[in-house]
Amino acid sequence: MTTIKVTTRNGDTRDLQAQEGFSVMEAIRDAGIEEVLALCGGCLSCATCHVYVDPAFTDVLPPLSDDENELLDSSSHRNECSRLSCQLVVSDALKGLAVTVAPED
Amino acid sequence: MQRHDVVIVGAGHAGAQAAVALRQRSFAGSITIVGEEAELPYERPPLSKEYLACDKAFERILIRPANFWAEKRIQMMTGRRVDLVAPATKTLTLSDGSALGYGTLIWAAGGHARQMTCDGSDLAGLHSVRNRADADRIMTELPAVENIVVIGGGYIGLEAAAVLIKFGKRVTVIEAQDRVLARVAGVSLSRFFEAAHRSRGVDIRLGATVDCIAGDDRVRVVRLSSGEDIPADLVIVGIGIVPAVEPLLTAGAAGGNGVAVDRECRTSLPDVFAIGDCALHTNPFADGAPIRLESVQNANDMAAVAAKAITGSPEPYAAVPWFWSNQYDIKLQTVGISTGHEAEIVRGDPATGAFSIIYLKQGRVCALDCVNAVRDYVQGRALVVGRAVISPDLLSDVAIPLKTLLAS
Repeated sequence: MTTIKVTTRNGDTRDLQAQEGFSVMEAIRDAGIEEVLALCGGCLSCATCHVYVDPAFTDVLPPLSDDENELLDSSSHRNECSRLSCQLVVSDALKGLAVTVAPED
Repeated sequence: MQRHDVVIVGAGHAGAQAAVALRQRSFAGSITIVGEEAELPYERPPLSKEYLACDKAFERILIRPANFWAEKRIQMMTGRRVDLVAPATKTLTLSDGSALGYGTLIWAAGGHARQMTCDGSDLAGLHSVRNRADADRIMTELPAVENIVVIGGGYIGLEAAAVLIKFGKRVTVIEAQDRVLARVAGVSLSRFFEAAHRSRGVDIRLGATVDCIAGDDRVRVVRLSSGEDIPADLVIVGIGIVPAVEPLLTAGAAGGNGVAVDRECRTSLPDVFAIGDCALHTNPFADGAPIRLESVQNANDMAAVAAKAITGSPEPYAAVPWFWSNQYDIKLQTVGISTGHEAEIVRGDPATGAFSIIYLKQGRVCALDCVNAVRDYVQGRALVVGRAVISPDLLSDVAIPLKTLLAS
């Protein structure tokens, strides 16, 4: 298990135990944080698991794929820290990762 | 008799999300979800994709973790069907004989897989792909199966075919129309998917209808109306759903092909809403025609509309329809509704495996089907929302990003 830190839309921050090999989206969903809809279930077909990642972790994250990049463009809340949490696979390298749930589109 | 402030019938995406949305909107009353299946709410789309392919365990397709529902004070009554609705007393009769009272009812029962009715339709080895139990039965039988016939060339049938051919089975798809996906897409997309499946070894039979199904202790053959026999150790029936609305219609709700709802998802019965696959609604993206939409998008967005109305902040349903299908390495994304289109513009070369089809109705963009073309899908949405009028020459020019066309 790897600990990640999630800040919800109302500003609450929680530490979650995330299972390696699963996505950050699944960790957030399984922690009962209902504001992340993740409608497509993580198959990179929507952008409803949008989060902002602490810039300190940018280097250890998997690179942004073309499809993820395009889907993020569908959000009017995109910034330079935007990622789709379904594309971030939990590993040791992400220990302490801090993400903030992006506003709803 | 138990009575709850909100009773939700149906534990699929729509029902689950209605409960979640009510709690998110600080609804403090009691909520109960009645579900026909034994399972807690789970995602249905993977049943014909990742789940069937054994790429994802069931726990990974649960919409929320098991303990979530209790934490949100959402009571789950699984394994029970609603047989009767009595609007005068606001009471439901369940399949276990018990009665359940409601203050507000949200009907999110979806639909049941349409069954074959020809001779042999009751043989063992025929399966729908509508719920977990269906998919589990297919997966259990699969090791002993060599020949599979898929009846119906819609999304479910094609997705299942894509998974099953990868398991090394002989797969034949039988489609009554002269093209696959005839109900939901234009001819260019149909031809693309037919070629994609055939190149991977799927036998696609168009304009073919089933005369009967024959076998012994289980299915052995599917006989076409042409007289041809196709060997089949397992049959997948993907011929659509029948909306599960009988108890509501019997209780006097308006409807027919689904239960009729207004723009706030209210049925004609007092304090009874209907959402998701079974809700017959006038969709602004279908020019106000009464339609049902069988999609996660529609389930989720209607759930939000019902929750808003129930919590005193009604807003009409006006969400942009979107949909996806994954087959092999082909990612299809749809925005808008192409039904009734008069022209289709192909943008890009289907032979490259990445292209889009832009549908026009009365000269306006009404929908896009985007194949491995996420950029067009994202940028095309604004064209659908704006019902843009743009020359086909510009739409088909891949050098021009769609987002630059809206202003022109």
